[in-house]
Order: sequence, then C-alpha cells, then structure tokens
Amino acid sequence: MTVPLPPPRRLIELTVDGAPVRVPEGSTILDACGGADIPTLCYGDTLTPKNACRVCVVEVEGARTLVPACSRKVEAGMVVGTSTERARHSRKVVLELLASSVDLSTTPRAAGWMEEYGARPDRFGTDAATVEQPVKVDNDLYVRDYAKCILCYKCVDACGDQWQNTFAIGVAGRGFDAMISTEYDAPLTDSACVYCGNCVEVCPTGALSFKSEFDMREAGTWDESQQTQTTTICSYCGVGCNLTLHVQENQIVKVSSPHDNPVTHGNLCIKGRFGYQHVQNVRPPSPVRDESLPEPSPDLATGLRP
Amino acid sequence: MKNKRAEHYDRLTHPLVREDGVLRRATWEEALDRAAEGFRRNVARHGPDAFAMLSCARSTNEMNYVAQKFTRVVVGTNNVDSCNRTCHAPSVAGLSAAFGSGGGTSSYKEVEDTDVIVLWGSAARNAHPIFFQHVLKGIHGGARMFAVDPRRTGTAQWADRWLGLNVGTDIPLAHAVAREIIHAGLHNTAFIERATEGFEEFAASVEPWTLNVAEQVTGVPAEAIRELAHAYARADRAQLCWTLGITEHHNATDNVRALINLSLLTGHVGRYGSGLSPLRGQNNVQGGGDMGAIPNRLPGFQDILDPAIRAKFEQEWQAPIQPRYGLTLTDMLEAMAEGEVTTCYLIGENPVQSEADSLSCVKRLSMLDHLVVQDIFLTKTAQMADVVLPASAAWCESDGTFTNSERRVQRVRRAVSPPGEARDDIWILCEMARRLGHDWSYESSEQVWDEVRRMSPAHTGMTYQRLADLQGIQWPCPSEDSVEPPFLHGRLWETDPAKRGAPAPFAVLRHSPPVDLLDEEYPLRLTTGRTLDSYNTGVQSSGFASPLRKGEQIQLSPEDAARLGLVMGEDARISSRRGSVVAPVHIDPGLRPGLVFMTMHFPDEVDTNVLTIEATCPIAGTAEFKAAAVRVEKLLHAKVG
Repeated sequence: MTVPLPPPRRLIELTVDGAPVRVPEGSTILDACGGADIPTLCYGDTLTPKNACRVCVVEVEGARTLVPACSRKVEAGMVVGTSTERARHSRKVVLELLASSVDLSTTPRAAGWMEEYGARPDRFGTDAATVEQPVKVDNDLYVRDYAKCILCYKCVDACGDQWQNTFAIGVAGRGFDAMISTEYDAPLTDSACVYCGNCVEVCPTGALSFKSEFDMREAGTWDESQQTQTTTICSYCGVGCNLTLHVQENQIVKVSSPHDNPVTHGNLCIKGRFGYQHVQNVRPPSPVRDESLPEPSPDLATGLRP
Repeated sequence: MKNKRAEHYDRLTHPLVREDGVLRRATWEEALDRAAEGFRRNVARHGPDAFAMLSCARSTNEMNYVAQKFTRVVVGTNNVDSCNRTCHAPSVAGLSAAFGSGGGTSSYKEVEDTDVIVLWGSAARNAHPIFFQHVLKGIHGGARMFAVDPRRTGTAQWADRWLGLNVGTDIPLAHAVAREIIHAGLHNTAFIERATEGFEEFAASVEPWTLNVAEQVTGVPAEAIRELAHAYARADRAQLCWTLGITEHHNATDNVRALINLSLLTGHVGRYGSGLSPLRGQNNVQGGGDMGAIPNRLPGFQDILDPAIRAKFEQEWQAPIQPRYGLTLTDMLEAMAEGEVTTCYLIGENPVQSEADSLSCVKRLSMLDHLVVQDIFLTKTAQMADVVLPASAAWCESDGTFTNSERRVQRVRRAVSPPGEARDDIWILCEMARRLGHDWSYESSEQVWDEVRRMSPAHTGMTYQRLADLQGIQWPCPSEDSVEPPFLHGRLWETDPAKRGAPAPFAVLRHSPPVDLLDEEYPLRLTTGRTLDSYNTGVQSSGFASPLRKGEQIQLSPEDAARLGLVMGEDARISSRRGSVVAPVHIDPGLRPGLVFMTMHFPDEVDTNVLTIEATCPIAGTAEFKAAAVRVEKLLHAKVG
C-alpha cells in the first residue's frame, strides 16, 4: 500500500538579521523570518502573493531595490535585513500613503504599526485625496465599505480562480480611480455573487464585513475582547467544513474557517458562512405571564432548584 | 423577482406535553415521566419490537451511539434507523456488498490529484460547494471532468462533457460504458483476475447495451458515451463521485452497484487518486451509520448477525442483543400502518415533510399510540407528538464528533449555550434510560467516545486529543500510533492472495425504469433536488435572509413553457397521481423538454413531496424522489381570496 509523499525538498541556508536560518527550498523570505514581526496586508496564507501593498518589504544585500518578503523566494547565501533603516523608512511611507487615503480604523494592528514606524499620514495635509465613499449595504449578509479598501486584490482572487471561481468582482477603473466592483457596478443582488463570503474571509482591512459586525460597530456594541472563537463543524451537508464561530454574549456574530484546514482551506459556502441564525431565533418571552402556563421548570441538568 | 423570506421557526425552549388534544408547556420531570411511561406501556403490551427509534443524522456520533444503545439495551429491539434511509443508504449497501465496508473509498485531496473526475447524479457545485472547490483544483490542474445529470447544472457548466441522460437510465448508461470499455480492450485484466469475481457473467450481461441501444434509451449521444468510456478507462487515476441522483431511485442500490462495476472493470479503486465517493447530504449521515444507528449494524459498522460481535457488545452492555435485523425507516412506517409499531422516539427528524408521499406519512404517524419528538424546533412532525423535548443544536451547542463524506471524524464543540430549558440530547437520553430502569450517566461526550473507541476497532486510535491535533482523522484508525492511508481497499492490489482478502464481486443488474410511468395524463418527468442557499425541509435554512432565495418554483424548459403557454413568474398547477400543488413558473434553459424540477425546501408553502412517489429500493429502502410523473397546467382563474 503506497501513499504518495511530496518530493523531498532541499534545505536552503540564509542569514536573517545576522542569524543563520535553514528553510525548505521554495519558501519565501516571510516563511524564513518566522521570528521577526514583519507587517503584511495584501499577503494571504491561502492565496498567491499579489505584491500590491509593499508593506512587508525587507532589504536583501546586493539587491538594488527592497524586496517584498511575502513573495520573494529564498536563495542560498541570501543576507536579509528585516528591520534596516531603509526597510523601516519604506514601510513608514507606505503606511502614510495608505492611511492618508484609506480608512484603516478597522485594520487589525494598523494603529500599532503606524506608531512603531512613526508614520504621520496627516503630513500630506487635510486636502489629500482619499477614497472616501458611501458604504454599500445592498443585502442582509455582508457589507462593502470601499472607503476602507487598499486594493490588495485578495477578494478578487478568492472570488476568482484561486478559490470560489464565481468571478463576481474585479477591478474597475485605473490609477487612483481603480476600485473593486461587480459588473457594471450593479448591486450584489444583481451580480453573480453567491454569498460564500470567501472575500470577507481574506479582506485585511474590514472593507468587507458581516452585516452583523457592521451593524454592531454602528451601534457601538462590537467588542472583540468579549468574543470567543470556537471551531466546530457545519451542519448543512456531509462535506464537513470547519466553522470558527465568533460569539459575543452567547450570540454568533461572525463565522470564519481555519485557513490550514484540509477540508475548507478557509473557504465556506453561503449556508456555512451565514446560515447560523436558526439556532438563535428565540421568541422573546411574553411580558404578560399567561396564567394557564405552569411555573418555569427547575434546571435539572445543573441541579439548580428554585 | 422579489426575494422570498419564508416564515422562520423559533427555537423550542421548554418541554411540551399533549393534554386534551393540544400541546401545553410542561416541566422536564413531567415530560420525561410521560415519555418514559408511554414507552413502558407499549413495550409491556406489544413487546420491544413495537418500539421504533429514529435517530438523528444531524447530531453527533456520541448521541447516535447512545441512541442506538438505548434502543438495543433499554428497549431491547434493533428498530433504530435515521433519515440516511432517504438519501445514501443505497451507497452504504452497494459499497459494503462489493467491498465489505460502506464508506466512500477516497479523500477530497485525491480529487485534486486525479486525471478524470466523473460526477454522476451530483450537482456538487451547488449542493456540496466546498467539495466542488477540490474538484475545481483538479480541473485547473488538468483533470477532465464529466457531468452525468439530466439537468445541465452548475456542475455541468464546468465539465468537459455533459451527459444529459433521461431520468432513471443510469444503469443502461453505465452498462454501455462498460461494454465499450470491454470491446475496446481497455479493461484492466490483471486487476479483474486478481481482485474481482463474476467478470464473465457481468460482461455477458452488458453485451446487449451497444452505444446505439444506449443512446435510444438514455438520450445521450453514442459518441459522448464512448468518450466517457475511453477517458475513464485510459486514465491513470480516476474518481467516480455520486450523490442523490443515483440513490433516490426505486432501484438505487443497483445504480450504485452499476457504478462500482465500472471501477472494478478499470481498477479505479484502492489506489491514491482512484476511487469511489458518495457525497453525503447530511453532516453526520456517515457517522450515524458508523455508530450503529441503523437496524443491521452495531457500532463500528459491525454485523449484528455475527455471534462473536454480539457477544462482545453483550459483555460490555450487560444485556442481550436480538440476533436479527431491526426495521428500516421505510419498514417502520409500514409497520405503523399495520399496527405493529405502536410507539416511536423520533430525534431531530421531520419525516412528515421529508418523506416521499408525505400525506401517507402523516396518516401513519397519527396511528401511533405514543410519539415522542426531540428537536430544536416545533416542526410539523413535532406538532403531532404526545411529548416534545427541546434539544440543543448539536453542531454549536454540544460537544462531540461528526464524520464527513471522506470518513474524517472531526470535533464538534460547544460555542453557545442552548436557549431556555433546551437540553443536550445525551442528557435527555440518559434521563429517559434512568426512568426505564437503567442508571446511565455520562460525564462528558468524551466518556461516550471512549466507549465507542473500545467497541469499534475502526475508531480505536481516535482520541479527542488526536482529533484536535490532526484536524480530524479518517477511519479506519485502529491504533493511536499511526494514521492509515487516505483511501480504502488498497488490499485489492496486494500480490499475496492472503493479504488481498475477499475478491470484490461484479454485480449483474437489470435496467428498471422509474416506477411512476409517463403517459398522456402525466407526461412530464419531475425530478427534485437542492439549491445552493437552502437545505432540506427548510426548517434550518429559512432562519437566515438569503438574497438568493426565490421560494419554491416549478422549473421548466423553455420549450415546455412555450407549449403550455406559461411565462416566468405565473402560478401553475403541478399534479401527480398522488396530489397536486401550485407554484410559480421559472424557466431554466438547463432543462431539456419533458423534464421539470422542484426543490423540497419550502414545504410550508408548496409541499413538493405531495407529488413524489413512495416507490422504494427493496435493498436499502430509499424512495424514488428523483422520478415522479406529473402534469403542469396553466391556472384558469386568478387565485381565489
């Protein structure tokens, strides 16, 4: 009985921040820099690198330009500096350019990076061009807030041939006017969208979010510190997709899937991603007690008796 | 067209008992006492075989284990089954007849690495979207995909070839493929000689099915049949996958055997990348059967007729096990009509809306002396019960495991607390057992699982810790120290006959067209299925606001719609020999003339299963949901009222 194993990979030796590192052939610099905290935005662990945001750039000795750590493959003898002055300065400028034009308020860790690299997006003045625009709320499942979009293309790749193969969205326009759009900028309900939410799963800035998250943020009740994340299995078919339920105050508020899972690779369908509401459809108790009903019964499971 | 938002169901938050004909609120004590008393009364009067358990293919392995143990130990009958009967029981029956084991033979990853993928009677693009992503990886990697389906589905749109066969002609098509492979000399003679038996008889039986004869019967062009035959037989590795298009027929087990024959003919089984995959429709329909919640198997899919196996369980459970098979779901419903089954414990199932010919199902359930329903909603079935017990939702409110279509056992974890007084299924079962004289208590689902691991060699190596560490483990897993290959039946390729084990038999099969014949009065073939955003009887999927949901529709080909003078959106009457419903018209160019399609997702608005026929597979008991004869008519008057 034989099981095919991937071909053995040679180990490549390189130097990262002065220390020797050995990683399998074909790894990226980002893979090799396990310990170093390199910021990333357009990098997706389930997607082909897009090299769009340039926030992960590092310095490679002998290279004319800085290189993106997320896509550049390691080579034997490479000498990499993850935190050189040149790399740090470049990250600062990238963050300033992004933050001056895009709303990064819901981008995880962005505020910390701005502080770390001393980025001052306000130095371009208050009249710097931005991508500010109204939020698109055209269905009950997810919301598109392109004022938060950094054009990393991850959603386009996830919707397209890398995962979902639905091709509901693409890039429209050029230059500063480029934006992610459905065909003819139609509402999602008139597009090819199948509401798998795999675009939401990979969005790094919160430009795409669950309607439930959007509504709670609007109401000021979204609180990640009060949320738990529990991975379980979807109940809609026999494929066995892993769901990570984000729960706040005993309510499911968002669903994701582990990116390293062999069944899903982080992807779900409309039912797995958004079809949880049935378990929390509970009729609110009637304010007037119906005299014909008996007293609420004791809690047998925990032995709590009135 | 405007989106349909079906009425959603509210969770059950406290027990209910029937008094003076209506359900009223009760305490857990009262509800459990009543439920247990009714079981005791009926078993005392008519014996244990008057009891039937319908266990839940949606719930955990642990719950299914306890439910079948309850049936066998507390009540003393083997009458335990689940809704797997309405979908994939024929796959289990067919695979175990050929290979001795009822699971799909391959893993999802193998579909990515194979050369030819045949999706037969499977609308996986919409029904199993994440499995289809593995298929798409295979296609992008260069695999050829063939879609065999009466409808030109989303799956067919990704195929190299779509074979649009007439409903119920799967066996003629498979036979023609087999004959073509044999006549072209593409069958794997070494494999056939070593690992199979019955080839000569099989080859003789398919001989009449020339490409031309098959074209006449199936409607598929001879050239397309030939291409499928050659591509499948010549491929180094090939995957044959099927769903309910194969199994929801009156001769479903034969359909499954016809596909298995093709894999035996070409040696496309038992190797990495080559295999047979039935895609399961419910989250734990595989696990429910594995756990023994079926009338003929004990946990670990171990045969109840084997005295040594029975002795092992009798020792562990300290109770005798009846040395005979119990009733299947289909038999149970018939036995209710005969008055032989008088009481039923129904967990998480909605047969009133999920069974074919739903009106007769209602009649049968109403003949019971005592019906207990345990569910998360007050379904149409629960509304008929004498006692209703509110359960927790297995997938997010309890701990345990599910087993998926690639035999992967994965951890289910409690993320939220159940509402109101809803309780875990296992707790309820134990309370019920206690009232019937068996003092059961399980501290945790893990304790149940460890009992499963002791009793089922296929699960022995799967500790909760390993399941978490490895993101699930595929059975068989007999040892804690190793993981088996991702595919089954590698033994068939062993050179040593002793290791090779029992040869896999070819099946000699006969074509048997759908029972519900087309005639002048009922000239159209109705087939049923799922849509992307909805699920089964809709109790669960109606809970969220899908922008894709259009409600029930009668889908017609443009040709039939034109002939009947029907336009998009207008209401039409659909009638079969059993009943009649009204639904709006949707015109789908993916349908061929003569074929119409409906889902079963909106039974509260349009009860499609009023139309379907309860012609069942004699081996597995699955009903022919996929082939009813109907008539579609224009409504003469606008709806009254």
